[in-house]
Amino acid sequence: MTGFLALIGRDLKLATRVGSDALTLVLFFVMVGVIVPFAIGPDSATLSRLAPGIIWIAAFLSMLLGLDRLFRADDEDGSLLLFRHAGLPLEMIVVAKVIAHWLLTALPLIVASPVLAILLAMDFPAWEKTVVSLLLGTPGLVALGTIGAAVTVSLKRGGLIAPVLIMPLSIPILIFGTGAIAEASPEGLSKAALLFLAAISLVTLVLAPFAAALALRLAED
Amino acid sequence: MTVDLAVKKPNWFSRLANPGQFLAWSKAWILPLSILTALLFAAGLYLALFDSPPDYQMGETVRIMYIHVPNAWLSQFVYAVMAAASIGTLVWRHPLADVAAKSAAPLGAVFTGLALFSGSLWGRPTWGTFWEWDGRMTSTLILFLIYLGIIALWRAFEDQGRAGRVIAVFTLVGALDIPVVKWSVDWWNTLHQPASISLMGSEHMPPSMLIPLLVMTLAFTALFVTLHIVRIRTEIFRRRAETLERQAAASLG
Repeated sequence: MTGFLALIGRDLKLATRVGSDALTLVLFFVMVGVIVPFAIGPDSATLSRLAPGIIWIAAFLSMLLGLDRLFRADDEDGSLLLFRHAGLPLEMIVVAKVIAHWLLTALPLIVASPVLAILLAMDFPAWEKTVVSLLLGTPGLVALGTIGAAVTVSLKRGGLIAPVLIMPLSIPILIFGTGAIAEASPEGLSKAALLFLAAISLVTLVLAPFAAALALRLAED
Repeated sequence: MTVDLAVKKPNWFSRLANPGQFLAWSKAWILPLSILTALLFAAGLYLALFDSPPDYQMGETVRIMYIHVPNAWLSQFVYAVMAAASIGTLVWRHPLADVAAKSAAPLGAVFTGLALFSGSLWGRPTWGTFWEWDGRMTSTLILFLIYLGIIALWRAFEDQGRAGRVIAVFTLVGALDIPVVKWSVDWWNTLHQPASISLMGSEHMPPSMLIPLLVMTLAFTALFVTLHIVRIRTEIFRRRAETLERQAAASLG
């Protein structure tokens, strides 16, 4: 367990030092939201209707862009090789990576979401629902992302491939994520969507580390 | 206790693991399979286009079905073949399994693309729209994107052996979409009609339409099997040529 926590601490420490791009991702997230009103016009009624979807797309894109950071640096400096022979199973190391990556990429987005909510003319209950659905959905996105990152880790120019692979697989998260906050859906239906979202996240959190660890092992030998 | 030291002759499946054995074995199959495919297509197209009645509701456009349903069936069948090959790669490290998976991916993408295309042409006169975000169409589109992702992944790797193992993991993860496609019409009762053919009593369709459909499905499946074997052979030859090139380059330097 100490190794597990140390690994999370190491990733957080590395991300706060020079050369990290955690803040850039937040900037990207906010900018996607800023660009939309220019593209579809600043009519606040339209914007507030589209806002939950826009926030989800912005979060989706910035999470996918951040995927490459998951294992790339560890592969380049050789830590990945050490992880494979560590006392901690590789699956648990992937789980530690998921937690650290979620804290570094998803949590800042959720913290920054009020800014987008104001810019996109969202009202408070809609923003509240969006935050809940993001909190439930993003862990699943990160867990799925580890598979994409693990599959492409041995590619020198794998930056774009991982998002392309993971995007079709994560569409269910997007469907239930936005289904939970859609204004038109009745109360019971949005609750069911939230429960489904939580279920998808939990299942992928449990199963994805095994697939990712398998891919990491196979990529090296 | 006696130990049997005589080398047992491996069964045919293990012998196929040797690319040379496979090339020799498959060479004899290509011509008969091609002829069978051509005959099935000739019979199927005649039955489908001339010898089957128009639908009482859809009229002549029902004939698109004879192209659409076989392609849709193959879009799932080819993925199942790829998933089985991936298990062969991961569990038995069967040397031909990753070649089979690699050669199936573009074929599957083409069949899925054709299923989407013919379905869209069929949807226009019958549903009045080229595209609707209905459960089966969406999940088939996702399947198409997964195929394209897998092809992109194959092209990104230089070391094909490593590519085979890693892509096998991803193929099996992507296989989660197959049951969704299969049962989407039962889960979300939206635009796309439920399956017309089932193993338990197919009372949905008269034999005059069912038989052409089955012949066309067999024809397309035979086409896939033939093309798949040819593509596997091409891939083996390509890898051999690469090895020869490398050897030649090494002997020069």
